[in-house]
Amino acid sequence: MYETTYHRAGSVADAASMMASAEDGKYLGGGQTLLPTMKQRLAAPTDLIDLAKIVDLHGISEAGGAVVIGAATTHAEVASSAVINSKLPGLATLAGGIGDPAVRHKGTIGGSIANNDPAADYPSALVALGATVKTNKRELAAEDFFTGMFETALEDDEIVTSVSFPVPAKSAYSKYPNPASRYAMAGVFVAKGADDSVKVAVTGAGQDGVFRVGEMESALSSNWSPEAVAGISVSSDNLLSDIHGSAAYRANLVTVMAKRAVAAAG
Amino acid sequence: MMSKVTMRLNGKTVSADVEDRTLLVHFIRETQGLTGTHVGCDTSQCGACVVHVDGKAVKSCTMLAAQADGSDVLTVEGLANGDELHPVQAAFRENHGLQCGFCTPGMIMTAVDMIERHGAKLDEKTIRHELEGNICRCTGYHNIVKAIKAASDQMAGMKTATE
Ligand SMILES: Cc1cc2nc3c(=O)[nH]c(=O)nc-3n(C[C@H](O)[C@H](O)[C@H](O)COP(=O)(O)OP(=O)(O)OC[C@H]3O[C@@H](n4cnc5c(N)ncnc54)[C@H](O)[C@@H]3O)c2cc1C
Ligand code: FES
Ligand code: FES
Repeated sequence: MYETTYHRAGSVADAASMMASAEDGKYLGGGQTLLPTMKQRLAAPTDLIDLAKIVDLHGISEAGGAVVIGAATTHAEVASSAVINSKLPGLATLAGGIGDPAVRHKGTIGGSIANNDPAADYPSALVALGATVKTNKRELAAEDFFTGMFETALEDDEIVTSVSFPVPAKSAYSKYPNPASRYAMAGVFVAKGADDSVKVAVTGAGQDGVFRVGEMESALSSNWSPEAVAGISVSSDNLLSDIHGSAAYRANLVTVMAKRAVAAAG
Repeated sequence: MMSKVTMRLNGKTVSADVEDRTLLVHFIRETQGLTGTHVGCDTSQCGACVVHVDGKAVKSCTMLAAQADGSDVLTVEGLANGDELHPVQAAFRENHGLQCGFCTPGMIMTAVDMIERHGAKLDEKTIRHELEGNICRCTGYHNIVKAIKAASDQMAGMKTATE
């Protein structure tokens, strides 16, 4: 790892002003992506601004038909939260399946979505549930937030402060993890909103990151059952193809994971 | 940048001036001379470096010492009570839960954490799922799972006995 200067921010405003005076700073969430990247010398920020101790970025609360999760909330906290398990069971499953216990104790929802790894789990949940990302500057709909592989609408100095999820009628996530890394080879999040609208979002498979499958959404709108999606396959044209699996293999996984997710949602 | 890092390490307050980029595992091994915590990979995947920070299992190779400033850190050296091994350590010995021993400190710290979180009396499926982040090149895992199961059963017994 190259040299860097560590700062611990006490508040969001504090973090933003530390960033303003840094030459080439980066925010540090749980460090479960950024530190491995720095160890490989693929990133070399002059300053690290640690957000983990900012009290306002922590916690899970429910109000007005939505569940709000602070950006510095860890995957382990989301997975074990009573509110999430009762209102957003798909999200609890998703968070409980990220990496391993030690990664879940440090990694945060804010860090995961800011990173937008095409194989990360959270983006699928945000898109399928129609979540809103709040930052220190504005609010963004999930679909406007994720803009491509490792790309988001965030400006360099912008801080994700929380994510707000409307409580759905049903939700579930099913992922086929890469046996070595545990990242998604394909992960499908299905949600039926309180207004009966259906969304299906896929992670791990797309070249540009998370995407929705309209055909599955309309099939599920008229018939919410695993059989409704069994015959629908996504085109392999824009899917990832690597040593772990070809685009055609991933396309098949998308259908299988979609079936399993609908079955799990009940 | 150099900064002063202070933490409770196995119950003792320790302090040192280290470069900000110092990983927690290097602070523990090199600055403090506790070499029970191992480094087995460069990719945050093997779990040989697992320690507890403020009661939670984390990979000390994927955390800066500076992030742990002010925290309570427990390593494998802090588990035994004098000469008396922690039940998880004893169970690894009794069940041949190790061969070369390289992964063992991380396995044990992960096991203690999983028993604390799930309560004692773990089933095999939970143990295997919870070991996702710990790699062993020798044992084939069966005896590690057996050891953790034995320890968690025994700790359940100890809990009932004290109630
Ligand atoms: C062994 C291993 C296995 C993993 N498996 C999975 C998996 O199966 N699925 C999965 O989805 N992920 C997986 N991950 C990644 C993990 O979920 C990370 O925790 C996550 O991607 C990044 O979150 P973080 O809090 O650690 O962020 P960091 O690593 O601290 O930061 C990541 C990026 O986000 C920025 N950032 C952090 N917080 C904020 C914020 N609040 N506002 C703005 N920018 C911010 C940082 O500047 C940095 O660019 C794995 C990681 C490891 C090491
Ligand atoms: S050395 Fe920390 S995970 Fe391998
Ligand atoms: S005992 Fe040798 S790596 Fe596990």
